[in-house]
Amino acid sequence: MSRKSKRNHATPDAPAQQAAAPSGGISRRTLFVVAALALLLAFVSGGLFYRSEKAQAAQRLAAQNKALLASAHSPSYGNADAKVHIVEFLDPACETCAVFYGHVKQLMADNPGRIRLSVRHVPLHEGSEHVVRMLESARAQDRYWEALAALFAAQDRWTVNHRVHPERAWPALEGLGLDLERVRREMNAADIAARMEKDASDARALNVTKTPEYFVNGRPMPQFGLAELQGLVREELEIAYR
Amino acid sequence: MSEPAPLSSGVPASRPSDAAWLLVFACWLVATSATLGALFFSEVMELPPCTLCWYQRIFMFPLVLVLPMGLFPFDARVVRFALPLALAGWLISIFQVLLVAGWIPEGIRPCSQGVPCSEVQIEWLGFVNIPLLSFLAFSTMNALLVAAHVRSRR
Repeated sequence: MSRKSKRNHATPDAPAQQAAAPSGGISRRTLFVVAALALLLAFVSGGLFYRSEKAQAAQRLAAQNKALLASAHSPSYGNADAKVHIVEFLDPACETCAVFYGHVKQLMADNPGRIRLSVRHVPLHEGSEHVVRMLESARAQDRYWEALAALFAAQDRWTVNHRVHPERAWPALEGLGLDLERVRREMNAADIAARMEKDASDARALNVTKTPEYFVNGRPMPQFGLAELQGLVREELEIAYR
Repeated sequence: MSEPAPLSSGVPASRPSDAAWLLVFACWLVATSATLGALFFSEVMELPPCTLCWYQRIFMFPLVLVLPMGLFPFDARVVRFALPLALAGWLISIFQVLLVAGWIPEGIRPCSQGVPCSEVQIEWLGFVNIPLLSFLAFSTMNALLVAAHVRSRR
């Protein structure tokens, strides 16, 4: 009986509920679906528009500041005559930088002699500038790349919750043939501070607010991603070595 | 045959329920716009959300799914389930607006790490910022839900 009475009752009420909105001909369901789709469409098209605007702005900025990218003071790796030059802004304490470092090395290994890598330091993490000083100081002993690889490999031991514990980074530099006493002695030198200041001001000018950021022959990634980086390198390789 | 009591408003009284439906639907529009807006700020513009923003999201996002459950078929009791969320979000948004305005002193600010909740990341027309947008959205939703409740009881 209850079921039947519900059914009986639903019949007169149903048209008012579902079929017609009070204002006019369209049903509530249609109104809802159209509204949902309109909002979703606005979100997606707004996102696409914003992304492409941002990518274009980054490209313009990089084109205007190309001179800032090819910084002579930066550590450089690979064939000096390579026609594809990757300038990487990295933070030694950044996890994504550590992950991407291996991929960049792989790209260079896959294209021997055709890619050169330069590193700029952007110590965004708290305490990271201490580690950058260690790296710059290791550079004076010609062990920069070994030190960088070792620090990346041991990163989870000296960064906790995105905070750097510099004293825990030192063991990573052992066994690389470095005179650690000399690293300690020289890491606060004025020329290192000047290089770090230059990196910081160039990063600001290029609007590098996140790491890692790559510029391949002066071109930024259209948006962040490993596939985007690999695609950009492939494009530049094809242009340079057609 | 006995008339079922709660639904007895029946045919002649279908107008108030129409109005209530539209009010709940409008509330859903606000919740969905605000949700997509919040996602736009964090996922597209990549502005990091502060802690208070996360708490407001916790009370805003479910409404996008809860309200339609009361729209099809229309069930005025959806207000009972939606209003506590809208009220809680509204209180947090008031707190953050006061924080941004500087009316709540430094000492009781809950976010000292990460992004400070008093930091203004976006400012349109000199005074429209994200916490204010959130406050306006929650205020509107509360008003709409209360209005829907009043209408459906008539």
